Parts: sequence; structure tokens; C-alpha cells
Amino acid sequence: MTETRRQHDLSVTETVEASSVAAGITPGLPPDDPLHAGGETRSQWRDVWRQFRSHRGAMVALVLFVSTILFVLVGPYLWTIDPTYVDIRARNSGFSVAHPLGTDQLGRDMLARLMAGGRVSIAVGLTAMIIAITLGSLIGLVSGYFRRMDAPLMRLTELFLALPLLPLLLLMVTLFREPLSQSFGPAMGTFILIVSAIGATSWMQAARIVRGDVLGLKEREFILAAKSIGTPAHRMILRHVLPNVLSPIMVAATLGIATAIITESALSFLGLGFPPDFPTWGRLLYDAVDQMVMYPWRVILPGLFISLTVLCVNYIGDGLRDAMDPRIRGR
Amino acid sequence: MLTFTTRRLLLAIPTLLFISLVIFLLLEASPGDPLGDVPLTVPPEVKERMREALGLGSPWYVRYVLWLKQFFWVEPLYWFDHVFGTQFSAGMQRIISFQSRSPVFDVIAQRVPQTLTVVGFSYLVGILIAIPIGIISAYKQYSWFDQLGTFVSMIGFSMPTFFTGVVLIIIFGVKLQWFPSVYDTTLEVRDWNSFWAQVRQMIMPVTVLALYNAAQISRFMRASMLDNLGQDYVRTARAKGLSEKTVVLKHVLRNSLIPVITVIALGLPAVFGGAIITEQVFKVNGLGQLLITAIHGNDIPMVLTLTFIFAILIVLFTLIADILYGILDPRIRYD
Repeated sequence: MTETRRQHDLSVTETVEASSVAAGITPGLPPDDPLHAGGETRSQWRDVWRQFRSHRGAMVALVLFVSTILFVLVGPYLWTIDPTYVDIRARNSGFSVAHPLGTDQLGRDMLARLMAGGRVSIAVGLTAMIIAITLGSLIGLVSGYFRRMDAPLMRLTELFLALPLLPLLLLMVTLFREPLSQSFGPAMGTFILIVSAIGATSWMQAARIVRGDVLGLKEREFILAAKSIGTPAHRMILRHVLPNVLSPIMVAATLGIATAIITESALSFLGLGFPPDFPTWGRLLYDAVDQMVMYPWRVILPGLFISLTVLCVNYIGDGLRDAMDPRIRGR
Repeated sequence: MLTFTTRRLLLAIPTLLFISLVIFLLLEASPGDPLGDVPLTVPPEVKERMREALGLGSPWYVRYVLWLKQFFWVEPLYWFDHVFGTQFSAGMQRIISFQSRSPVFDVIAQRVPQTLTVVGFSYLVGILIAIPIGIISAYKQYSWFDQLGTFVSMIGFSMPTFFTGVVLIIIFGVKLQWFPSVYDTTLEVRDWNSFWAQVRQMIMPVTVLALYNAAQISRFMRASMLDNLGQDYVRTARAKGLSEKTVVLKHVLRNSLIPVITVIALGLPAVFGGAIITEQVFKVNGLGQLLITAIHGNDIPMVLTLTFIFAILIVLFTLIADILYGILDPRIRYD
């Protein structure tokens, strides 16, 4: 036993004795290292998860959303028909064993196309959301934290909010589809274009929310304390501000996925999305509209997938918002 | 209030100028050529003259300023002449569409009534549905009505309008044959028969848009009612013996409507944007359909003017929402 250790134990016994005399109870001092002291630890995220589980709608939505993702990710390995394989003799077939969800006007298998389409639609939704949230949080953090940047950045946000988004998106996609397709290939080019167009036009809400929260945080004591010991700005933002605004960002991100999926399918529906041989849910719906009188299922299936995914994502967002609200949590 | 309004109006001018510049430059950077459809047999010098005739010869800033002048000076003058029979705009060039070679504003004026009847009516119906639903589901929070309302409105704004529209067409247009699936804009309302035909063809597009709008507005209404129901003044009103009807419909409802009205004003321009898709589904030849054909046809003046009108609507209604908020809620002070 080293000298310091002995000294420490001695002082602990002394303190316990001294305080037990005063208080009349002697449970001992709290452990030196509370993190590994045994017993149940409660982290913030575990609390959030516990609250989230009590939101029944959100849990059902989460299960459905995960199964949709599994369906589009794992599905193609189990159902190995190529979604672009044209079997002209089996065209327009109904539900059968060979094609459980039928085929389209060129005899392409609908199940395989729905899986492939879902991959693209969900990928677009996730990527566009990541772009929008990164941009929005960055702008919100900077304008909330640095007073000098606040006015110009908020003017910029207001400008973007005043833009007519859908017409502008239509414009951007039509105008730049050709050049990007030539440099990145038709599929990749359209993907980059749509994702960046949606991302660049949907960051404003996140920026405003984050800015508001940062402005509120800046008045708190722990920020003052951190500032008083000379924490540099970048560490201040990364260690103290960002973790505290994470919950509104996550809620905005979840709802952003839903908007991005809807926007992409709307663009596809207007015939301005991905090229025809490259299925997405919106594109499948658009292709089927011409023949909806004869084959209504071909319209309804992709539409159901879009609506179900968006509904799930919205419910998850709702549950997250409730779970992360400290006023509700713990009730 | 007046100073606030003037300041906001003055601020709107640079905003709108900037937006028009963004749209203009976006169109300018586009690789699309309005003369792309001209056959290759046309000799280059003729093509060059055609380009001049379309006004594409001069550099972009000249054309931008020219367009601004036409939009803000020539067109208002023309309408002024039209109304008062004066001759101010004689000999001035109006904004001409590349596609139809007729003034852009004439084409737009033809299309506005269709959009306004369908979109405006659906917004009205949406509000009329949403407000009672919001009131009841807030007053009976967590009841089965509230749960159902929450679920339906969740579905309402999760289902894209192009899907609900198509499903309605399949059910009511194709299977049941109740309503026509294509909106006939040449229909004139002259007697009861044509009026009934107009109503029948409006039901489906109006339902689709109204459901979507009602879903959002009812959520706001519910949240706002819930905020107010817990306030002290409600307890006071009940304590002094007012009937429950007076408390809810007079005291709480009036206060809860303040934020909802601003939301309604803010949502109006977005409805015009959303109507682009619904118009496409039901083949209504309104403003949205005009925009899409113009985009496909590289009709730069038309796209520029239409998009800019959408932007004006957004800026205008944001301003209206702010002013309304100040008028309705005396606690809000802008100065």
C-alpha cells in the first residue's frame, strides 16, 4: 500500500466518522468512481430509449421501418430475379407463384422492382437528410454561437425560406440532369443531383431550431463555467453545445427523411426523377399511372410502400420528440 | 405597427430582387437551348437572327434588367391602361413567352381561375374540417376521438397527394364511375346541369388537397387549444360560472385561433406549390401544369415569371402572417 493510498483511506474513515456523528446515519461516502460502482446506471440515451418504448405507435413504426429496410436490403439476395430483366411473354401477369406481385408492361418482376426501388428511395431519403441536417446544424450552430455571424446567416435562411421550393427543384433537376448524367453516368448523376437539390433546399428548419436552442444554451451557467476556464470556441461547440442540441437535431433528421422521400417520389411522379430503367418507388408509380385502369395494383403497391415508410418515419419522429422532451420524460 | 409594416415591405424588395436574380442565373446556367428544336437545315445566320428576335443576343445582365423593367413597369402600366383606357404603355414590349409567342401574363391570366377554384376551395374546405376536429380532440384529449384524429392526420400528411389522388381516381373514377377522372376546364357553368358537372369534377381534387391541408392544420389547432386550456384565465372563467360552451368557444377558441390563423396564412403559398402535383394528377390545366410544360419546353420567360410569382406569394403571405399576428394578439409588439 502506497503512502497516498493510505492517506486517502485514512481521510475517508475520518470523514465518515465526522459526518456520521453529525448526521446520525453512516452509509459511507459515495464511491470514488461512480461510473463503475455497480448498481443500475442511467445514461441519457437509455432513459430516452425507455421513454421511446412506452410510445406504442412509435414502436410499431420502428419495427415496420426496420422490416422495410430489411426487405429492400436483404430481399434481393433471397428473390434473385433481376429487376431489369425483360420477359416479354410474361408481361402484365397478375399475382402468381412465379411473380408473387405480378409483372409490369415489359414483363419485369414487380417484387424485385419494388425491392430495388425501395433501395434507391430510402437511400435518397437518408442521404438528402444527412446533407440537409449537416448544413442546417452547421449554420444554426455558427449563427447561434457567434454573434457576428447571426444576422447575415439568418438573412440567408429567410431568403431560402422565401424561395418557391418545388418549382425551383423542378427547374434544377430538368436543367442539370443532362450534364451530370454525362459525367457520372445516368443513375449516379441523377442521384447526386436529386440528393443535393433536396438537401440544399431543406436545411432551413433545422438551422432555425438549432440556432434557437444554442441561443438559449449560451445563457446557462455551465457554458459560462466552461468559458471561464478558457475553453476554445471549437471545443466549446463540440463538447458543450452540440451534445445539448442533439435531440432537436435528431427529431428534425427523422422528419427530414420523410420529406426527402416524398419529394423524390414527387419529382419522379412528374417524370423528372431517375431514368426509366432505374426503378424508384415514385418512378414505379409514375410508370403505372398510364395503365391504372387495367392494373390498379401496380399503382397501389409502390404508393403503399411510400406512404407506409413515410408514416413510420413520422411516427418515429413523434416518439423521439416525446422521448427526448425532459418535461415528459420520467413520468 | 405602421413602421413595422413599412420596414418589412422595404426589406421585401431586396429579398425579391435577390430571388429573381437566383432564378434568372439558374436558368442562365442551364445547358438547355430554346432553339434546340429548330431543324439543323436552318442556316446558322438565320438561327442567329432568330436568337436576336427572342432577345437572347445581349449579355445576361442587360436581359435581367430588361426583364425587371418589363415585370415591374411595363406590365403594371399595361394593366392600368387596360382598366382606365389610357395609352401609357403604347409601343412598350411586354414579356413574351417563347412557346406561344403571346404575352406571358395573358397566358397566366387564363390559367389562374382554374387553380384558384380548385386550390382555394380545397384550402377552405380543409380549414373548415380541421378547426372543429382540432377543437374536439384537444377538449377531449386522449379520448378515442383524439386518438383517431391523430392517426388520421398522421396518415393524411404521410400519403403524398399523387398517391391519394390516383387511388381516388381508381376507386371513384374507374370502378364506381361516380366522378370524372379528368378535370374539364372548358366547362362553363350556365345552368344547374353544368353546375352539377362542375361540382362533380371538383370533388376529387378538392378532397385530395383538403385532406392534406386539414391534416396539418388540425394538428396546429389541437396543440394551440391544449396550450390555452391549461391557462389560468380558463379556470377563472369557469369559476365565475360561465357555461362550458362559452368558456371553450368564446374564451379558449379565440385565443387559440391566433397562431392557427398565421399558420393558415403561411401555408397558402405552399398550397400553390403542392397543387402542381395535384393538377398533374387530375389534368387540371392551371398554373402548375403551365409551369411544368414551360420547364419541358425551355420557355425561359414563362418559367422565370411564374416562379417569381410564387416567390412573391411566399414573401407576401409571410408578411401578412406577421402583421395578422400583431393585430390579433395585442401582447405582440414589433416596435
